[in-house]
Amino acid sequence: MSTRESILAAVLKNQPPASPLPDISAFQGTDQDIVARYRAVFTGIGGSVFEVENFAEINDRIRENFDATKRILTTLPGLAGYFEQLSTTADPRTFDDVELAVIEAQLAVAENGAVWLPEQRMGQRIIPYICQHLAVVVPVATIVPTLHEAYAQIGEGDYGFGAFIGGPSKTADIEQALVMGAHGPITMTVFILK
Amino acid sequence: METKTKDHAALAEAFIRDEEHVNWHDGALWWIRQKRDIASKQIPEWEALRETASRIKSNVLSNLHDYLLQFEANLIKNGITVHWASDAEEHNRIVYSILKAREINQMIKSKSMLTEECHLNEYLAERGIDVINSDLGEYIQQLDNEPPSHIVLPCIHKRKEEIGEIFHEHLGTEKGVSDPTTLTRFARRHLRNAFITRRAALTGVNFAVAETGEYVVCTNEGNADMGAHLSDVQIASMGLEKIIPQKKHLGIFLRLLARSATGQPITIYSSHFKKPRAGQEMHLILVDLGRTRQLGRPEFRESLKCIKCGACMNTCPVYRKSGGLSYHNTISGPIGAILAPNLDMKRHADLPFASTLCGSCSNVCPVKINIHDQLYQWRQVIVKEGFAANTKVLGMKAMAWTLSSPNSYTRMGRAGRWVLNNIPFAINNKLNPWYKQREMPDGPKESFGEWYAKNQKENGSDKK
Repeated sequence: MSTRESILAAVLKNQPPASPLPDISAFQGTDQDIVARYRAVFTGIGGSVFEVENFAEINDRIRENFDATKRILTTLPGLAGYFEQLSTTADPRTFDDVELAVIEAQLAVAENGAVWLPEQRMGQRIIPYICQHLAVVVPVATIVPTLHEAYAQIGEGDYGFGAFIGGPSKTADIEQALVMGAHGPITMTVFILK
Repeated sequence: METKTKDHAALAEAFIRDEEHVNWHDGALWWIRQKRDIASKQIPEWEALRETASRIKSNVLSNLHDYLLQFEANLIKNGITVHWASDAEEHNRIVYSILKAREINQMIKSKSMLTEECHLNEYLAERGIDVINSDLGEYIQQLDNEPPSHIVLPCIHKRKEEIGEIFHEHLGTEKGVSDPTTLTRFARRHLRNAFITRRAALTGVNFAVAETGEYVVCTNEGNADMGAHLSDVQIASMGLEKIIPQKKHLGIFLRLLARSATGQPITIYSSHFKKPRAGQEMHLILVDLGRTRQLGRPEFRESLKCIKCGACMNTCPVYRKSGGLSYHNTISGPIGAILAPNLDMKRHADLPFASTLCGSCSNVCPVKINIHDQLYQWRQVIVKEGFAANTKVLGMKAMAWTLSSPNSYTRMGRAGRWVLNNIPFAINNKLNPWYKQREMPDGPKESFGEWYAKNQKENGSDKK
């Protein structure tokens, strides 16, 4: 008998009698003050939030807050005139010098500040992790209250990789002292686009 | 591979010698427990989430055979190669063969308690393959040649000065530097080079979705992603119990996990891996390592619901004051003490006794495992199987005789009071472990039984 067969046989022999799956449809949040709630939670995590009217304003804010002489990449057609367009075919190792990546989320979650990024929105899987700073554009209508609404919208999803990202990379492994920028971005900025 | 030298009590005794350090450790973990309380109280439906998560996991355990088959079929459909391993040796052999086939001799690994249990790094090192642990805490532990002392906070038992010294010795930082930001930045530069140059990456798995064949890995540092997305070969190792039925159930578990672990609303990164990227090879290893045996123990199978948040450790008065390494098992604390005896009952016979049975662990567990009940039940199994320490067996026999009749109970009580009041040094001495760090009270002059009899005689039994 192969290992696979012997493990499956042992599981079948030892698993307890059927226990029904609970209904989780009652779990849901509310839309009340959703933008303010998102902003408060994400700021509390250590991220920055700007509410903006258009892409020109995003460009202005980036130039005020980041070093535009360094490499800035984007996947957004609306920012194409301002920054380098991200190549989806380049070797992922070549992005090590990226100062700032600007990408767009499919949705954001008010209760935890996280944005949902299927790989198509990242351009390449490594982008939101390898950049020194990450900026994510969130259209205001895409903010949902909790993870339950988020997963309902994501559904099965047509992606090979997707991620919730909720703030700058962090660690508290040394004496519980919080340090931003463990391996990934040192800062994360969300532009809520009205 | 390991040789057991000392039991929990002896190892804890060494840990508590530095009182200032123990107080710091105790306070640091209690602070995390308090953050968990604050985070959970912001969710009005928190208790319903715990109950639901527990019931989803009950369903998983009762239907694990079919979920495993469904998960495997979906992984294959998604282009991921599936392997099955019954024990540590088989798991390690599979990892080695995957790397060998691509002539890879360097790998980067994110946090995975399962591969710690398997002693994967040592196995690969013996065969010429170098592994770097990329989680900062695990990296520090690896440099110091120690296992993690906590499943979420691997080096919580170390002070920053010790870590500064380790960095100085192994990485050449300036002597005396212990500022956490400076040390973290240094590790960031050092490990980034490893991420860029290493062709193979291994991650653990937090949740495996049977319905879609994707698996979720949660980190705060982004180290799992840095390794995975820069690798040519990506490997994931998971215990059989990590399965959840449907994708929407992630909503329940991800709401509970980070809030229970550190008081964060969600881990910074919750990565959903489903298919390899173009040109990349992905493998997933399903590991038994005692899970099917535990599944067959009705009183202990609930332990397989664990989502490895560490809340039971942070709240445990024994863990906080004895440190994770005193449990001499990869998974320490209350949950480790109910998982370890299943792996090796003789070796871990001491662990279920390393508890006050206060029940705080069960009260914070996000999947409502009855941890303290299982600790109590393991004690009975261990004594019955003959693995309890001799002093415990003798003590229990003496207690059983004392409590067996009113006469022996009365006689022993009278003798005890006389000893406490007349020759306290017979008890308050170095040979009695109960006297360590404790002041013994004076013995009462009479027992309750004696007082009651006297009181009845003096005041009569009639109510006035």
